[in-house]
Amino acid sequence: MINKIVASAAEAVADIQHGATVMIGGFGTAGMPSELIDALIAQGARDLTIVNNNAGNAETGLAALLKLKRVRKIICSFPRQTDSYVFDALYHAGEIELELVPQGNLAERIRAAGAGIGAFFTPTGYGTQLAEGKETRLIDGRHYVLEYPIRADIALIKAHRGDRWGNLVYRKTARNFGPIMASAAKCTIAQVREVVALGELDPEVIVTPGIFVQRIVQTAGTATLSRPQAVA
Amino acid sequence: MMKRFSRDQMAAHVAHDIPEGAYVNLGIGLPTLVANHLPRDREILLHSENGLLGMGPAPAANAQDPDLINASKQPVTLLAGGAYFHHADSFAMMRGGHLDFCVLGAFQVSAKGDLANWHTGAAGAIPAVGGAMDLAVGAKNVYVMMEHQTKSGQSKITAQCTYPITAVECVNRIYTDLAVIDVTAHGLLVLAIVDGLAFHDLERLTGVALINATAAAAA
Repeated sequence: MINKIVASAAEAVADIQHGATVMIGGFGTAGMPSELIDALIAQGARDLTIVNNNAGNAETGLAALLKLKRVRKIICSFPRQTDSYVFDALYHAGEIELELVPQGNLAERIRAAGAGIGAFFTPTGYGTQLAEGKETRLIDGRHYVLEYPIRADIALIKAHRGDRWGNLVYRKTARNFGPIMASAAKCTIAQVREVVALGELDPEVIVTPGIFVQRIVQTAGTATLSRPQAVA
Repeated sequence: MMKRFSRDQMAAHVAHDIPEGAYVNLGIGLPTLVANHLPRDREILLHSENGLLGMGPAPAANAQDPDLINASKQPVTLLAGGAYFHHADSFAMMRGGHLDFCVLGAFQVSAKGDLANWHTGAAGAIPAVGGAMDLAVGAKNVYVMMEHQTKSGQSKITAQCTYPITAVECVNRIYTDLAVIDVTAHGLLVLAIVDGLAFHDLERLTGVALINATAAAAA
């Protein structure tokens, strides 16, 4: 019998290795797997490469992991926020490496990894600093930049409901990076608000089929609103 | 004191130019004001890159949902008929040419329509790009809203961008507090100027060649 349900967040993240590449879902606090991040903090893995849209807010969640200097490198699109001071200080001190990726390239590089694509040409970033040194090609009169997939050892994501086969549905804009990250990691761990019996999720509305998910843990977590960001 | 369009007037100019049935992404900052001015008799669908189409207005304080936010991470609502989707689908809408309009803020726009709006390039500044580059290359029409000049009086419409660019030759129209200007292969066409400002004064303030295409010039 397939049963991907694990008893606790701590058990779910227990075998994450030092030096692992870990994708973390969420856009702001919507879809952020806070309980799994807290479990990773307690678990102790260090020298991590983190893939997330942002670089942490205030001093909880991802920012707390950064503050403990457990992250060697972060791959993200929007690190600078009004309350990203933990990341800002590490960056200015040269204590963290930043790979800045336009958000659509970030999403597509993750999607490509999950889909087995070797690389792809994207119009985004052509002619900018973020494409310096990268291969380009003119296709049908338009300029493109070659971008490679981002694969991960682990994905930590948050969904709304799931079953023991790993099927997931999400809630509103908390879906964001969850489905693509689930496909791009060797081991995807999903925290869900509710585990339901097989067959309870309507197969017409399952967003992430269970083949992309290795572990499910039920948590009480509900998101809270972060401070709205003033950005350019 | 030179007259200037207010921020709301600028937003109203943009809103007036967005037609019935358009799919639109409003960037962060000044462009968010456009939502308040969209004509109520037009069905216009707003896209937010974090995964929703058919974005509605802010909810009442007691109806906020932490799982329903916009790209600025502010609580929003979804219109009847709206949809949620994941990030790769959301950016397929942006990069795949499905959005009719995006409206973006800017530090600078060059005479050829290069856009600079993501990074000052200043030493020590932490770069952050978000979805700006994807919108700039992907939307069918890229509109910019910005003050015409910097606080120190320099034109933000320049022969070449001195800030790091977001995308090459992507801007179609610029709405400023002094004018509305189309970026074309033939040059910068001035469509409207704030009352009391002469064309040649606008050109002098702008510092690059402009073409007078206002109704007054045609008359």
